[in-house]
Amino acid sequence: MNRILATAKTEFRIALRNRWVAIAIGLMALFALVLSAAGSAPTGGLGVDRLSVTVASLTSLSVYLVPLIALLMSFDAVAGEVERGTLPLLLTYPGARAEILFGKLLAHLAVLSLAVVVGYGIAGAVAFWADPASAAGLPALLRLTWTSILLGATFLGAGYALSSLARRPSGAAGLAMGLWLGAVVLYDLGLLAAVVADGGGRFTTEFFPIALLANPADALRLFNLAASDAAAAAAGVAGAAGSVPLWQSALSVALWPALALALATAAFRRVTP
Amino acid sequence: MTSTLNISDLTKTFTGVKALDAVSLTVAPGSRVALLGHNGAGKSTMMKIILGLLPFDAGTVTVCGAAPGSAEARRQVAYLPENAAFHPALTGEEQIGHYLALRGESPKTARALLERVGLHDAARRRIGTYSKGMRQRVGLAQALIGKPKLLVLDEPTSGLDPVSRRDFYALLDGLAAEGAAVLLSSHALTEVEARTDQIVILSNGRMAASGTLSELRRAAALPVTMHVTARNGYGSEIADALPGAIRVGADLHLSCGQDEKLDILACVTGLGDKVADIEMMPPSLEDIYSHFSRRDGQ
Ligand SMILES: Nc1ncnc2c1ncn2[C@@H]1O[C@H](COP(=O)(O)OP(=O)(O)O)[C@@H](O)[C@H]1O
Ligand SMILES: [Mg+2]
Repeated sequence: MNRILATAKTEFRIALRNRWVAIAIGLMALFALVLSAAGSAPTGGLGVDRLSVTVASLTSLSVYLVPLIALLMSFDAVAGEVERGTLPLLLTYPGARAEILFGKLLAHLAVLSLAVVVGYGIAGAVAFWADPASAAGLPALLRLTWTSILLGATFLGAGYALSSLARRPSGAAGLAMGLWLGAVVLYDLGLLAAVVADGGGRFTTEFFPIALLANPADALRLFNLAASDAAAAAAGVAGAAGSVPLWQSALSVALWPALALALATAAFRRVTP
Repeated sequence: MTSTLNISDLTKTFTGVKALDAVSLTVAPGSRVALLGHNGAGKSTMMKIILGLLPFDAGTVTVCGAAPGSAEARRQVAYLPENAAFHPALTGEEQIGHYLALRGESPKTARALLERVGLHDAARRRIGTYSKGMRQRVGLAQALIGKPKLLVLDEPTSGLDPVSRRDFYALLDGLAAEGAAVLLSSHALTEVEARTDQIVILSNGRMAASGTLSELRRAAALPVTMHVTARNGYGSEIADALPGAIRVGADLHLSCGQDEKLDILACVTGLGDKVADIEMMPPSLEDIYSHFSRRDGQ
């Protein structure tokens, strides 16, 4: 445990010096502000408070930006140590390889959590300032915050796994960007195309919900939209939110970080320095 | 079974290249063993196997009674890699503090450790600003953490100036006196000087020689060179008495086997005051080293 904390402390220090803390917080704060401002059109007709509407658009921010920041922070974790030549020495120290990975995870997750809390905190403050009835949307904002952190953990784990497989920072960066593009952009486009082509057939009713649950980013969207009253404000892929039981999307959101970390640990164990 | 490190018939092949071929070696507590060899002789490979960083094909390796790389072995072994590298964004003190914490020691002692290797002034500066020799010292400082039973040091003196090298060997003497076993590598015999108890010479993955410096000297049986200076006018007379000598000005140069040394000396003494001076030169460390360490085709 002490070794994990020591690694986390050092990694956090490095993240601070590499400006990752500032970059992550800056990005989240900026986009959260922009989305809050964009959603400032009168909402009166819908009968929904201001914060609930903001949360619906912040969900997209979590789906796109959180995985991106997580992958950017993690792709270098193992490959960078290999390139710098620091890994052989580190591996001669006592402690399991999993401890090294968990230490890094703790630090990176702390940076990410800080960014999410600051960003969504700003969005919440803006909503309260514009509409005092926003208290009704507070549970939705909290839900989005902790599920976003879990999604971050999933992509941090995936980043460590790719970093271990690639062994080289340039290769790991390419794989990480490929994963981001595939998992959060192309996956949804592909599903959408399939649903349109299927025209309400078996694919749409049976496979589509499973395909959404199988993707951690879609599961986050599903869970947050299904749990809040703002489903009406969402469109596209997320329209299916109503048809999937809440416990299923919650399970997917909770299981993915464990799965990604297990993969990362297995990949890191196979690295020969 | 009292030796700290036990290696027998260790063999390691990298896709066709035999990096190590049936190498055997033991290192007892308190002894300093130098591993010598040309670039690519297999020194680093052997060290990485001892540390459990690389798997091996055949033979047995026991480190402090445990398997290489096991938790038990890692607790007692310190390593200095060939090109010691650290995160450039950390200061020397932070980096050593981190390593201290990984070994369960207080990070507060980092400063004292850095002082021990002569790096107190730069302790609060980022490692990115360090010279190669300073990084080497950081590497050395981390190898001293927690009284290791075995220190595996890969070319520890590369990048150190002569004075620092002397300090380094003084540090090693202290560690060995406290009972630590030391295995260090170098590509030159002159570098390890007489500061090691045993010398092992690797050549193309095979053990070419092993022993103390004087044992190696005897085994190499290299010729001794003598310079005899004649008193005025007696040059040719001495040359007749010493067949095989070459005249170089007033001097006569000759080389002879170790076993003929005393006979020739007696002969020269017999010449009485026709001889002004005599100088004997034993084979140099470089000569002995290159005798054992030959690459293919050399
Ligand atoms: N990872 C590796 N893959 C393939 N060959 C290697 C690897 N590491 C070392 N070798 C080869 O093994 C031999 C011994 O290398 P090394 O142990 O680094 O030599 P030294 O440290 O004595 O200079 C060399 O021929 C080298 O090319
Ligand atoms: Mg080497």
